[in-house]
This record gives sequence, structure tokens and C-alpha cells, in this order.
Amino acid sequence: MNAAVKELEDFRREVASWLDANRPADPGFLLPQSFMEVGSEEQLDFLREWQHRVWSAGYLGMAWPREYGGQGVDAIYQSVVDQEMRRKAVPICFNVIGLGWAGPLINDIGTEEEKAKYLKGILSAEDIWCQGFSEPDHGSDLGNARTRAVREGDEYLINGSKIWTTLGNYARYMILLARTNPEAERKYDGLSFFLAPMTVDGIETRPIRKLTGEYGFTETFFTDARIPASSLMGEEGEGWKIAMKTLQYERGAEAGAAGGLAFVRIVIDDLVHELDDVTRGGRPVLEDPVMRDELVRLIIEEKAIALGDRRASIPALTSDYPLSLPLSHKLRWTEYTRRMRQFAIRAQGGDGALYVGDEDARAGGFWQRAYLNSFSATIGGGTSQVQANIVAEHVLGLPK
Amino acid sequence: MSVIGNTALRFGEEPAMLMDVARDFCSDQGMEAARAGLETPLAHTAAQWDAIVAMGWTGIGIDEASGGAGLSVAAAVPVVESMGRVLMGAPLIPTLLAAQLLRRCGGDAAEAVLNAIAAGAPATVAELESEDWNAAVTTRLDSAGLLRGGKRMVCDAQSARYFVVTVAGEDGPAVAVVDIEALGAGALKPRVLIDNTRRAADVDFDGIRPLAVFSGIRVAAALRDHRLLGALLVAAESAGAAASCLDTIVAYLKTRKQFGKLIGSYQALKHPSVEILNAVDAARSFVFHAATLVDDGSLSRDAEIACRMAKAQASEALSFAGDRAIQFHGGMGFTWDCDAQLFLRRAQWAQQQFGDAAEHRARLAELLIDHRDTASTT
Repeated sequence: MNAAVKELEDFRREVASWLDANRPADPGFLLPQSFMEVGSEEQLDFLREWQHRVWSAGYLGMAWPREYGGQGVDAIYQSVVDQEMRRKAVPICFNVIGLGWAGPLINDIGTEEEKAKYLKGILSAEDIWCQGFSEPDHGSDLGNARTRAVREGDEYLINGSKIWTTLGNYARYMILLARTNPEAERKYDGLSFFLAPMTVDGIETRPIRKLTGEYGFTETFFTDARIPASSLMGEEGEGWKIAMKTLQYERGAEAGAAGGLAFVRIVIDDLVHELDDVTRGGRPVLEDPVMRDELVRLIIEEKAIALGDRRASIPALTSDYPLSLPLSHKLRWTEYTRRMRQFAIRAQGGDGALYVGDEDARAGGFWQRAYLNSFSATIGGGTSQVQANIVAEHVLGLPK
Repeated sequence: MSVIGNTALRFGEEPAMLMDVARDFCSDQGMEAARAGLETPLAHTAAQWDAIVAMGWTGIGIDEASGGAGLSVAAAVPVVESMGRVLMGAPLIPTLLAAQLLRRCGGDAAEAVLNAIAAGAPATVAELESEDWNAAVTTRLDSAGLLRGGKRMVCDAQSARYFVVTVAGEDGPAVAVVDIEALGAGALKPRVLIDNTRRAADVDFDGIRPLAVFSGIRVAAALRDHRLLGALLVAAESAGAAASCLDTIVAYLKTRKQFGKLIGSYQALKHPSVEILNAVDAARSFVFHAATLVDDGSLSRDAEIACRMAKAQASEALSFAGDRAIQFHGGMGFTWDCDAQLFLRRAQWAQQQFGDAAEHRARLAELLIDHRDTASTT
């Protein structure tokens, strides 16, 4: 073993034992399976404290600069931490819009002032971030955003509404896409990008009750809300470009995220384990040839995604369509996830019909809730259908 | 242990260079060469084979001491993938597999034949006796040491100088080597294949004295490895074919207009094209993952899983791509002159070779679900 490998292995052990020692006790209430499911104050307090503890230990934002709260080390260390957190199944680091999207964006193209103001609070969970891209009438069609931002002296006056604002009722800042110039020849050129405070007058958030019966998103209304002109990122008219860059982080096509788990990762092993004691026709369901075939198809699909991540970094093996693997990752992973959870319910036999709250629901209704929640990923961040258009146009080069 | 298991995937400079050479050679040949071979007896030309031999590809997987290239059989993966892209009819896969089976059976008796193969003598493995890839072998040796029985749909039998024949021995499986010279007139009965870029024939070995016979425990292991390597090489070739089938679709979608618009702008065609892309991507990932795990030794459990996944994925990717290619080409796709039919036909052939997707998934279920505890930790 060479020195670098040994150092990483030592580090991995250090992280593992820290996680064992610091794993929070079961709070006695249902914890979110993803950052899009934080729906109560008790969940918020719990997750905020956990993220703060991870950051204080030096295990979050490891590749971000030291002066902004990071550790300034190679990103491989953060990958080790993330792997261990996944392996140890600890709670998520929920401030994902800051950690994964706004933070990397500010790190990449922000001014020194913006970096100093925002980055540390993202890591420490002091400042929760939300995203104001989608609007009630234009879900995935961001280019048509109507929310207006009008410059008045040192301020912008914001009017309009956003929907599907994850963590909207808890956030201190929003990455906001708004129209500064409705007269622009191309609709995209009329958009601007803001690092907007959520704490000013004129912003109202209304929680949305999801299909699971839980909360996690808000609708956000702006009525003559005044935000400082300094919250404009870049120049007026650059909103589309910056929003697209943000979506690259969101779709996993660009590195730079602070790390931490955004989701409780539910993998095929969990499903195999769950089905171990399910019977069908008097025999274990795992011996049923048809169900085995379906299960192996899913195993193959999950493994293909893991292998694709490896292959993506080998130029000689990606020469046909170099952007194919990164740009299709969200589509492949979220659609796979949805179908895997759907199968998990089907394979449970009669118990598949039980839900969270029933004493006999398998794993407390974990799979049922997970299946319903899986649509947040096949719809949010650009629906699978929009993703398929993006891949068709930007990877295969098909016409719009 | 995770059922996902080993996800190693490496591709160094040497295979990358080999892939460049193979891609260049194959794209020079193009689909035109496959078309030119359609109604010829061997589906390829002597010039093509001579070029393949000159590049040393028939020596892949054969030790330098036996006249080979000193490369692991895994090195053949980028080569046959490239050949699959233009549906090349040259008998490289059966030749490489025959050599692998022989060298894995071992013994001095294999040396001369391995030398000949490395030097360019085409060879093939004669194994199938019915439509059932899992049926027990009934071809045997009689007390005089003569072969009794025949084989079905032997790949590229029409080109082969040597036949490596699977035999039911007294104490388990055996393998016999037959020189084409020993076969009588009429021993080969060419089959009409759905894939007319390919050739296969039934071969009557009855009463033939083999050059050499191998038996013993190494043979059983060699046969198992052979089937997995066969699955891998056909998977690699299919992945290449599927990739180029996708290119054919995309090119058409970008040029064909209907109702005043390029048909590639319709989502009904865009979205399944992306599905094909994803299927091809998965197939290529498995193929090169398997190539990472396969070497000259006996195949590991991880390598077995990788080969089976590669075959299951690549077979389905090519079937899907070929099927949609016909449909998306509309009326043009229904014609002989459209390449879509060549891909579709290749898919029907390739999916059956060394077991179809369902067969490999059934074996994977045993490995991954029934024997979870023996998973590796890599």
C-alpha cells in the first residue's frame, strides 16, 4: 500500500469511528428521507444540529477554501466522508441547496464579498438556503419565469410567486431567478439571478402538503418585497446562464458540492434484505423465477449506473458522446429509483397495501413512503421528460 | 455484502491504442464491407482476414511462447467491439475462443494448433447440438478413438481450419481438436441464418479421428471459462453494433423531414433514442468492466458476474436499438437497402449466442441472491 492510499485508509477509519461515536440517537419521530421532506420544527432543529456537528468536526465542505469555513483539502477526502456517512446510514446534511448548488456556484463565480458573506453559513447550517426557480404556471420551463425584479435605487422590488420552494419556510436566503427586462428580444436575456434574503417584508411562504401527507415545500409569494441591489449575482441579463450553471450542479454534471448526504440512499441491497422473509405461493418470494428476473434486472440497472460513473472519467471510453454519462445521470438514477421502489411494494404481496401508521406495515411503511417520495426526484430539477429532451438535444444533437 | 459488488473499471494506454487502431481499420471497411459480404460464402474477404492477421489480432490471448501476442484475452474486447460497429463478418471471435479453450485445456498437444491460429489459421468451437445451449453434450469418442456425433450451427465453420469439439468423455467433459483436412466431402452443411453478415454450418464429425483429445479436471473449468468469454466477446461485439445502430438512427433523425419538421424534433422519437443511448452506455460499461476483471487465469466469481451482466445488457440493447431503428426509418426502414435491417438481424443472432439475457439473469440470480454470502469485498 503506498503512502497516499494508507493515509486515505487511516482517514476513513477516523471518520468511521467519529460517526460511531457521534451518531445521533433516534429522535422518536419520523426523519426525512431527503432534504425535500423537512416539514416540522423538530425535524429542522434535529437536522440543523447534526449538520453543524459534522461541519464542526471538519467533515463538511472539505474541498472548500479554509477562509470560508472549508478545510482546503482534496475532494477525495470529502468522498471518503460521504461514503462512510452512507455506509453508516447517519442522518442527512439537509442544507442541500446551499451545500450542493448555491455554494459551489458562489465558490466558482461569486465575488470575494459574496464568498465571505455566504459560504460559512451554508456549511454551519446557520443559513438555510432555498431555490426560487419554478413558478406555478411554468414548472420545468424556466425560460418563461414571470416574477419581476425592478431596480429602484439601491434596491430591487420583487413581485410574483415561486412554487416548490424546498425549505422555503425555514430559509434565510434564496437563489432567485427573476425577470429584470420583460422587453428583451430573447426571453432568456431578460432574466437575472439573485442571492436574495428571505427575511424582508413582502415575502410570504405557504407550506404545500405533499402526496405523502407530509410537508417540505412551500409556495412563495413576493408582494413589493425590497431586496438590496447588491444581491444581484453577476450582471442583469445573466440570469439564464447562471441558472443553467446551477442546474449542472443539481444534475450532478459538475463537481464542487460541499458534500454530505442529501438523501437517505436506498439501494437494491436494502430491497433484497427486505424481501428475505416474504413468501409467495408458499415459498420465499426470492425463489420465484419471475420475481428473480425482475430483481436481477434492477440489480443490473443499479450496477450499470455505478459503472457508468467510473467510465465517465475514462476519456477513451466516452469518445462517442462525451457528455452522455454526466448529463443522463439524473434521468437514469431517478427513474431507476422510482421503479425499484415500485417493485419493492409489489413484491411484498398483500402487505404492499399497508402504509406508514399501520402496525404491520413492512419496515413501518418505509418503501411505500419512499415510492411516493421518489416522484420528487423524477419531477423536481426538471422532469424526466425534460431531462430526456436535454439529453436528446445536447448529447445526441437532435433538433429542438 | 452488497449485491452490486465489484465495480472496477480500468482502461490503460495499451488497450486505448489498440482500440484506436481497431476503430480506424473498421471504419475504413465500413458498412459497405458488410454489405459486400452478404451474398458471399464466407461473409468476409481474404484481404480482410489477412489484415486482421497482420495486425496480430489472431494472437490475442495466446502466449508469446506459442506464437501469440502476449496479450490477455481481455485485449480482444475493444477489437471485437470495433468490428461489431461495422458488422464485420470475419471469424475473429470463434478463432479467439477456440484458442482460449485450447490453451485453458493445456498440454503440449495444443501448442502446434495455437501456433497455427496465432499465425492466422481460422478456428472455431463446435459445441451446440440442439436449440438448447444448456443441453448435455452427446458427441463422444468410440473405443477406437473416433468421434461419434455432430454439431449444429458451428460459427464460421465455413472458414475454419481447426474445430475444437466438445465431447462427453468417460469421466466428464472432454475436448477434441479436428483438422478440416480430416473431414469428408459434405461434412459441412451451411445454415441459412437470419443474420446474413454471419456464417454457420452444421458439422458431421462421425467417424473422424481427432488430432488431439483433452480431458481431466482442467477441461471442465476451461469449458466454463469458454462460455463466459464467449458471452463477453459477443456482448462486446453487440455493444459496438448497438452504438453504431444508434448513430444510424441519430443521423436519420437529423436529416429526415416530415410535416415540415426534422423528425428528430419529435419527442416520440427523441425519448426512445435516449433510452437506446442509456442502454448502449450500460452495455459498454459492463463490457469494459468485464474486460477489467478477465485475465488469462480461471475466471473469478466477480468476472463471471461481469460477463453475464455484459451479455444480458448488450443483447437487450442491440435488440431494442435494431427494432427501433427499423421503425424510426419509416418506409425506408422496411427496405433491404437500409442498414437498420442488418442491425436487427445481427441482434437476433447475437442474443442467442452463449445464452440469452434471461438465461444469464437466471444464473445471476443464483450468484447474487442465493449465494449472497460469498460476495467479494472489492
